[in-house]
Amino acid sequence: MLRAIQYIYVLRPVWAVLAALLVGAGLIAVAGVNPWDAYGALFGGAFLDYYGLASTLAKMSPILLAGLAVIVPLRVGLLNIGAEGQIYMGGLFSSMAALLLPEMSPYLQVPLCVLAGAVGGGFWGMIPGYLKAYRGVNEVIITILLNFIAINLVSYVAGGPMMQEGAPYPYSEEIREGLWLPYIMPQTDAHLGVLAGIVLCLAAWFVFRFTTVGFGLGMIGKNPTAATYAGIRVRRNVVAVMFVAGAIGGLAGTFEVLGLKHRLYHLFSPGYGFDGIVVAFLAQLSPLMAPIAAFFLSGLKVGGLIMQRAVGLESTVVEAIQGLVIIFVAVSLAFRFDRGNWRRFLERRRLLDAGLAQGVTNNSGGTS
Amino acid sequence: MTAQGLRLEKITKTFGDFKALDGVDLTIAPASIHAILGENGAGKTTLMNILYGLYQPDGGRILLDGVPQRIASPRRAMDLGIGIIHQHLMLVETLTVVENVVLGLPGQGMRLSLDEHARRLATLADSFGFDVDPHQEVWKLPMGMRQRVEILKVLYRDARLIILDEPTSVLAPNEVEGFLQGLRRLRAAGKTVIFISHKLDEVAAVADRVTVLRRGAVSADLPIEGATPREMARMMVGRDVVLTTLEKASLKSDTVLVRARDLKARVTRGNQALKGVSFDIRAGEILGVAGVDGNGQAELAEVLTGLRPAEGGSVELAGEDITCTGVYERRHRLGISFVPEDRHGTGLVLDFPVYQNAMIRDFRESSFSSGPMLRTANAKAVTEDWVRRYDVRLQSVDQPIRFLSGGNQQKLIFAREVECRPRLLVIMQPCKGLDVGAIEAVHRTVLAERERGTAILYISTELEHILSVCDRVAVMCAGRITGIISPEEATAERVGALLGGLAEAEVA
Repeated sequence: MLRAIQYIYVLRPVWAVLAALLVGAGLIAVAGVNPWDAYGALFGGAFLDYYGLASTLAKMSPILLAGLAVIVPLRVGLLNIGAEGQIYMGGLFSSMAALLLPEMSPYLQVPLCVLAGAVGGGFWGMIPGYLKAYRGVNEVIITILLNFIAINLVSYVAGGPMMQEGAPYPYSEEIREGLWLPYIMPQTDAHLGVLAGIVLCLAAWFVFRFTTVGFGLGMIGKNPTAATYAGIRVRRNVVAVMFVAGAIGGLAGTFEVLGLKHRLYHLFSPGYGFDGIVVAFLAQLSPLMAPIAAFFLSGLKVGGLIMQRAVGLESTVVEAIQGLVIIFVAVSLAFRFDRGNWRRFLERRRLLDAGLAQGVTNNSGGTS
Repeated sequence: MTAQGLRLEKITKTFGDFKALDGVDLTIAPASIHAILGENGAGKTTLMNILYGLYQPDGGRILLDGVPQRIASPRRAMDLGIGIIHQHLMLVETLTVVENVVLGLPGQGMRLSLDEHARRLATLADSFGFDVDPHQEVWKLPMGMRQRVEILKVLYRDARLIILDEPTSVLAPNEVEGFLQGLRRLRAAGKTVIFISHKLDEVAAVADRVTVLRRGAVSADLPIEGATPREMARMMVGRDVVLTTLEKASLKSDTVLVRARDLKARVTRGNQALKGVSFDIRAGEILGVAGVDGNGQAELAEVLTGLRPAEGGSVELAGEDITCTGVYERRHRLGISFVPEDRHGTGLVLDFPVYQNAMIRDFRESSFSSGPMLRTANAKAVTEDWVRRYDVRLQSVDQPIRFLSGGNQQKLIFAREVECRPRLLVIMQPCKGLDVGAIEAVHRTVLAERERGTAILYISTELEHILSVCDRVAVMCAGRITGIISPEEATAERVGALLGGLAEAEVA
């Protein structure tokens, strides 16, 4: 019995998602649509249809990487709200490497573009890391503010120095096809970025679980004073982790440009960096759970559009359902499983049942 | 205020089995400065918290101006005209002086006229000769000024009885004289001051009457004219320092392993906490460091283990100057182990399982990892071995260490700090919060290390523990070692005088 309760407890985000969808069904019904049809369109479109699934995977690439860019520093006790800015810097640096470097073999230039994107994002993440470690400045504020700088910097570059001649809208020249990321599903937009994201998640899990580096980082996250006592250089590690987080965010932007957009657009990320925070949260900071959370969230976004077209629901309803999911999961995570409490509760129940079976009044069952 | 002042009759307070106060009688005359002296844990702070309504006494009466009072809450205490200034100041640093004073002031309506308050506050401050600008933000003020703000805060609430808990411990030396002058002005204005301290010279300089508490009871109560610092020292520590010296062999070697010279360091906020500390520890010797909390012991331990940089002076280990080495190097190359005072905050990661806590100091060493990879299975085996040999009681090494008792947590820390075969072992308050059995286990481990030839620095405020295990005892007061004596020479008078900051020469 205790074991069964424990399983129910571990899976509580799943129950929360189901409960949110149930409440969402109410909203859909209020909007005058059969919830069954609407959810059928949403999940069928996002996960079961070939092109829909491809769209989900294409969206999952930046969302998953942004999620990882939040998870990694948060396990070290640092809140990175700057994945959005890091995505933009990654996009900027990688498209500069793709468009401005002299043409060379793709086998050389693609890795260079990816490296440039990672370094760009990493550098952007290192700024708050340095300020936090050596100047005691709150990383949350700095990462938020750097988002605005990065977004506007990209708008300026895409609308100015790198803008395509005669373009109706701020975007750069197209990146030549040789540098595009390979597609993983023929005739669709699903590109290699999502696989790279999954590999990085596995790598992060491995590092935190099995290596001395991850052990030291986890210690900083749990108790920085003890980490100092243990001889870990906390400041240096804080800067390094923020660089890595920024680099992962930068890769999100890089793959978005090289895999999907093939140009540097202004405002090319519609808030993927913030979706990353939701992913980190749904995955409860586990790099292994992050792909599942990102897959689900991307599916909700893609399916929402399909549902809108299929049954004529307003997109606001879909956004409301996303919000419900987040709130329900948040509440479910606030529950704490206390084995002792449950055991005592079950024991009381057993005594009560035994008492009742003997025909005694239930007073005796209340003792504990 | 009528002439009766404050009377406490037979005040008793127990926490669990521990009698913090045991029938304390105290009479405090109005418009006087009354000092309360005592060691750590003598019951000073408990007594003051009862006066301020934070604790309720289990027995006894409090009479204010001859009327019995029940002080149910700090608010009630305030209404009765009792104000307290805690050892750690309770100010909002980002607010201005007047804002701090007005904060929580009863009887304010919807409108707050800060200028009006500031004017009245300035007049009040002037009448006591406190030079404070009401519109200055508190974080810009030096500690001595902040303390005046605290005093003004209680004066502004018309306090007649002002309690100061170890007020000089946060002050720089040059601020102390001004502070004592302030106390005299309060007395001149008819206020009653209760001054809790362990510093004998300050008490002698300013108090009218002194009460000495020892183990929850009044051991002396006399006018200051009748008390020499020597006598106060003896009464503070008491005659009954039990010398249960544990069985130990005589020192094997005369080699000086650790040589500290003129160490200086600052606390994080900026005050100088170590003002030139020098000592030697020989191989296989336990040097005890006694002293009342907050006299530089913590900083000394941190400077020796590399957690805090030394500002001046040097440390040598076996002839090598190690003053500038880092924590990791001291632990692994030089063999300096450290049992920190704060088990939960520093010594352990409470969310980690027991076996991971066993490896936090050495996780990059071969028993716990090979290259970049952790050796989890091996770590568990090593931990299980320690658990057996050090008698750590637990369910499993996978259990979060949070769920172990303090004694078992401490045994694990000792195993971790001793099993690496250190050359210098620094131990800080190892028996805090432990029961008798665990204390004995700790002391056995310490003596076994001594036997092995480790140099040991044993810092504690528990004089009995220090005297029973140490070979020599250094007493610290206000960032200095006031004397180094052997346990046999440690009479109550001498230790008390050293604790109170009277250097050896003044006693003799």
